[in-house]
Amino acid sequence: MEILKLIDLKVRFSTEYGIVRAADTVNLEIGKNETLGLIGETGCGKTVLGLSILRLLPENTTVEGKILYQGVDLLTLGEDEMRQIRGKEIATIFQNPLTSMNPALTIGTQISEPFVLHQGFKKKDAMQKVIEMLKQVRMPSPSERVKSYPHELSGGMRQRAMIAMGLACTPPLIIADEPTKGLDVTIQAQVVELIKELTTKSGTSMLLITHDLGVAAELCDNIAVMYSGEIVEYANIKEFFKNPGHPYTQGFLDSLPSRGLKPMNGMSPSLIDLPEGCKFYPRCPSAMDICKSNRPEMVEIAKRHLVRCFLYV
Amino acid sequence: MHDIVIKIIESRRPSLEVLKRLKKHRLAMIGAAIILALVFSAVLAPFIAPNDPIEQNLPYRLLTPNTEYPLGTDNLGRCVLSRLIHGASVSLQIGIMVVGITAIIGVSLGLIAGYQGGLIDEMIMRSVDILLAFPGIILALVIAGILGPSLYNVMLALAVVGWTSYARVVRGSVLSVKEKEFVEGARALGVSDLRIMFRHVLPNVMAPVIVMATLGMAHVILAAAALSFLGLGAQPPAPEWGSMLNAGRAFMRTAPHLTVFPGLAIMVTVLAFNFLGDGLRDALDPRLREKVLER
Repeated sequence: MEILKLIDLKVRFSTEYGIVRAADTVNLEIGKNETLGLIGETGCGKTVLGLSILRLLPENTTVEGKILYQGVDLLTLGEDEMRQIRGKEIATIFQNPLTSMNPALTIGTQISEPFVLHQGFKKKDAMQKVIEMLKQVRMPSPSERVKSYPHELSGGMRQRAMIAMGLACTPPLIIADEPTKGLDVTIQAQVVELIKELTTKSGTSMLLITHDLGVAAELCDNIAVMYSGEIVEYANIKEFFKNPGHPYTQGFLDSLPSRGLKPMNGMSPSLIDLPEGCKFYPRCPSAMDICKSNRPEMVEIAKRHLVRCFLYV
Repeated sequence: MHDIVIKIIESRRPSLEVLKRLKKHRLAMIGAAIILALVFSAVLAPFIAPNDPIEQNLPYRLLTPNTEYPLGTDNLGRCVLSRLIHGASVSLQIGIMVVGITAIIGVSLGLIAGYQGGLIDEMIMRSVDILLAFPGIILALVIAGILGPSLYNVMLALAVVGWTSYARVVRGSVLSVKEKEFVEGARALGVSDLRIMFRHVLPNVMAPVIVMATLGMAHVILAAAALSFLGLGAQPPAPEWGSMLNAGRAFMRTAPHLTVFPGLAIMVTVLAFNFLGDGLRDALDPRLREKVLER
């Protein structure tokens, strides 16, 4: 059975400028031990989708649909039950470890929180667990580092600490939101290696949110491409790079430096004022008349390779 | 090499850095020294006071300073120095109690108001506004007057008036801290709101509170002395600086030492706390200056 299944998930914010449709009828699933990469440009709703799973969005948000975690719909749970899910069942690795760590608390204190909250450890024993955890993420001299404050660590060490915090309770599912953002390329490689190793060892599933295709290629089994709140393509990682189906994905791949650095035309649309038919229509090099007013459905163009485009209908 | 790195890192520790900057602040160190001496004499009052502070010795009334009574005697023949030393413990106790209570109440309410927002915030902050609409010392005077003269009622009155400024400053800081990513991070770990407030947000808003509490000590000691001077605080024969001033008032011309020394004691104590508070403020964060002054 899949560990996480999103069914017709819609996330909307009501703002004074209008309704922001950050996620529109998203259907996704992540199996056991699977790493699903969610890629897309800045502002396409990736992070919001991740936060909506943990129900961490602000109060002006409406979330519709179903978020089935091991068969339980998270949207029906109470706040207390939800708190038991967060950190214990589904953990998060945030994108910016400097701002996502509390500057006034030592990293030991922060990493020990899940042990104290979810596994009932006493503070002292929890520290012991933290040191073990830091050893696992290969933090240098872990027993001294637990007493350090976040600003005393280098970027790579901070991200290691973040990963330790996320993996503390060996959660079945991790949502990693751009875990390599803002790190040097060499450190990025180390962090990617580390994540790969730890998730494989503990059999953790992961939703990896990123716009770095290199990181995605390294870590993911399957890829979902998000554009303006919609999933426009879903494929196995090999199929994805070999045979990209959606014009957006093709453009996305062509914009990579290794493939000629060809920028895509236009900007992604505002999530308040979305085009009527296909949301990629205004920028699409192979747009047709039908795209203007009709919303394409997902079409299976190969085995487990789905594309939301009229080119394949 | 490793040791050097560790040392460099440790020297960047915020608490140590504050201490280092505080040590360079000369006035703050003078203040701290005076406060230390005060605390010392307050704790050891029964042993270092040359005479009994309460025992009357009528044949020796209104003596000027001499070897047996270093600061002279009052109109009932009691040793002024001994009374001042014992009075230090009274004043410090009032200061610590009132500042402690007001800081705890004010910080908690400010945290709740800032973090929860909405109706709770409105209710707490409007009561702060109402209390701040009265001149503090007059409100304390009324409360102490209604409750009747005693040291405890003075503390109560000062506590009722005093918590508001803590609540205001803390709420303001909480409003900005709660938008930080690490609060969301804590929520993503499954930390409850109450725990986030007191464990994750509170340490980030403590800097101005520490400064306010130190400056608050000076304010409270002065206010308590004022209320005692007006007869609402410590009752005779208890040695209290404010009431000593009041008692000495009638003999200002014939025996000025009865008013000069308690007055000096109050002044020096208040100054010491103000010096330390100023130094702490500069050491903790130079930008705090505006924040604390705004209250």
